[in-house]
Amino acid sequence: MTTASIPVANRRRRQPTKLRRAVRRNLTAYGFLCGALICFAFFSWYPMVRQVILSFQKTNFVDAPEWVGLKNFRTVFSDPAFAPAWINTAMFTLLALLCGYAIPFVTAIVLNELRHARAYLRFVVYLPVMLPPAVGVLLFQWFYNPDYGLFNQILSFFHLPGLQWLNSTSTALISLVIVSTWMNMGSGTLIYLAALQTIPSELYEAAELDGAGLFKRIRHITIPQTKLILLVMLLLQIVATMQVFIEPYLLTGGGPENSTVTVVYLMYQYAFNFGSLNAGNALGLMLMLVLMVFSAIYLRISRDNTV
Amino acid sequence: MSAILQPVGTPPPVSPRQEQPGRESRRPRKPINTQFRTAVSPHQLNTTHGRIIYWTVLVVVVVSFTAAFVFPLYWMITGAMKSTEELNSIPPTFLPKHFSLDGYVQAWDLLELGKLLGNTALYAGGAWLLTIAFDVSAAYALSKLRPVLGKVVLALMLSTLMIPPLVIMLPAYLTVKDVPFFHWDLLNTPWAIWLPAAANGFNVFLLKRFFDSIPRELLEAAEIDGASPGRVLWSVVIPISRPILGVVSILTVVNVWRDFVWPLLVLPDSDKMSISIGIASLSSQMPQNVLVASLVIASIPTIVVFFIFQRHIMAGLTAGSLKG
Repeated sequence: MTTASIPVANRRRRQPTKLRRAVRRNLTAYGFLCGALICFAFFSWYPMVRQVILSFQKTNFVDAPEWVGLKNFRTVFSDPAFAPAWINTAMFTLLALLCGYAIPFVTAIVLNELRHARAYLRFVVYLPVMLPPAVGVLLFQWFYNPDYGLFNQILSFFHLPGLQWLNSTSTALISLVIVSTWMNMGSGTLIYLAALQTIPSELYEAAELDGAGLFKRIRHITIPQTKLILLVMLLLQIVATMQVFIEPYLLTGGGPENSTVTVVYLMYQYAFNFGSLNAGNALGLMLMLVLMVFSAIYLRISRDNTV
Repeated sequence: MSAILQPVGTPPPVSPRQEQPGRESRRPRKPINTQFRTAVSPHQLNTTHGRIIYWTVLVVVVVSFTAAFVFPLYWMITGAMKSTEELNSIPPTFLPKHFSLDGYVQAWDLLELGKLLGNTALYAGGAWLLTIAFDVSAAYALSKLRPVLGKVVLALMLSTLMIPPLVIMLPAYLTVKDVPFFHWDLLNTPWAIWLPAAANGFNVFLLKRFFDSIPRELLEAAEIDGASPGRVLWSVVIPISRPILGVVSILTVVNVWRDFVWPLLVLPDSDKMSISIGIASLSSQMPQNVLVASLVIASIPTIVVFFIFQRHIMAGLTAGSLKG
């Protein structure tokens, strides 16, 4: 606040007023903050700290919690599903990136070239994103049904042999990736599309004058100009897909033969079906550390480049 | 801020060079509109060859998008009208043999969808109220009142963005089951959804960034007129923040409506379930056509919201991302 705007009457007794006003301003500010502070404290900050604490404890909510060192981690490590869970999560993330990263970008480049039906295409590609995920997943469960599902009916229409989809170890994980891509590619596409529309047209004109063909223009202008958003989306998508839960939970239950068990799914199993909450916490802590690395890179990039 | 206010669909400013009136098409059929320069050269686009390619690509894209994103929904809507025998028949019928809404009626009754939808609306509505009340006033305090340690509080709130909520779901579940100090059990109560929903760092970030852009002079003018901070927030800040409030509101409601894992943990009672959980928990016991009908009904609210608030939703999508 500049001196000019302080009323003359106040200026005479400036020192005490200033202090009192500062105190009052702070009290008001914390009054405004208290609702959010309480929610954050109880449901965000405290659980974060508690995640770490519980990983090293044995709690049964009757006796006092007991410190057990790394025992929970050893329990988790010795679980035969531990390695598959991480491998499947990594595979899922990788496959989801291959599909869910490249396809939206190419789609966005094509959509950006089209002059007709733009609103329709944008709307349609975002429709699955608006469905509740449980609806999308259960819909695909029906499509994947080997006997009367849509996919095998389409295959038989082309006289191709039907697939087992979710029931076979070789296709179960990729089936989950397909659902996930179908449900989520809309948001990526629209974000890329928005980024593409900010590319100055002069760049393309200049490149064209220099004799660059269409693919060269895409390679040397489109991609470098959207590099930042591509990088940010890559990180966001890694963080989002590594938490895959609802697809294995609803579609496969981790099976067949642990071929779709994922880290978050295993965490849920420990806590609610195996009755060993602390082991679930230990697993959660590991995932938290891995994801924090990606999140930290993301925050760094976006902070350096926004506002 | 401008990124939020600007709907995603708005084309970038047209460079003056290309605004030659002769080239602008009045009838969309001929020549292809080249108002916005993209990777494809406008000259090539309007050659015969270019036009053939353009129309081919357009048709292929429209057909494949319709097949990939609309056809599954069509299959779902009509699938609910077919009998179980018809659903199992090979080859499948493209149109249901008899037009009947029995599947929908059965789904509504068997799954008690009315109750589930009511529950979900209650959760989403309460979460919206709390989020707006808490996050707006917090962002206002951090942006305009700037208290001592305000930066630390903001940093702590933003730090929650680094840790995805799913990863801390177990300790968060325990907190809800037995809230520290108060020893309340919030399981199976709407508070279990409402309070955690308000702890949303992204909303605080969006709102604070918007409030930061409101000129100080505007607020000072109100202060000189004797308005208290609360009054300034209510009468000055909120009215000019309509766009961002719209974005935050829709994000909150849609997120609560779509959420699966959290309500799965904290609302195990079948009387309290949200729509997604309710359908998922009964899915294996239902005949296929009834299940599919319930999926259709469950997706109607979000699709309707999308129809109405398309612009806000798409603006919210890019609000958090970079401005280039």
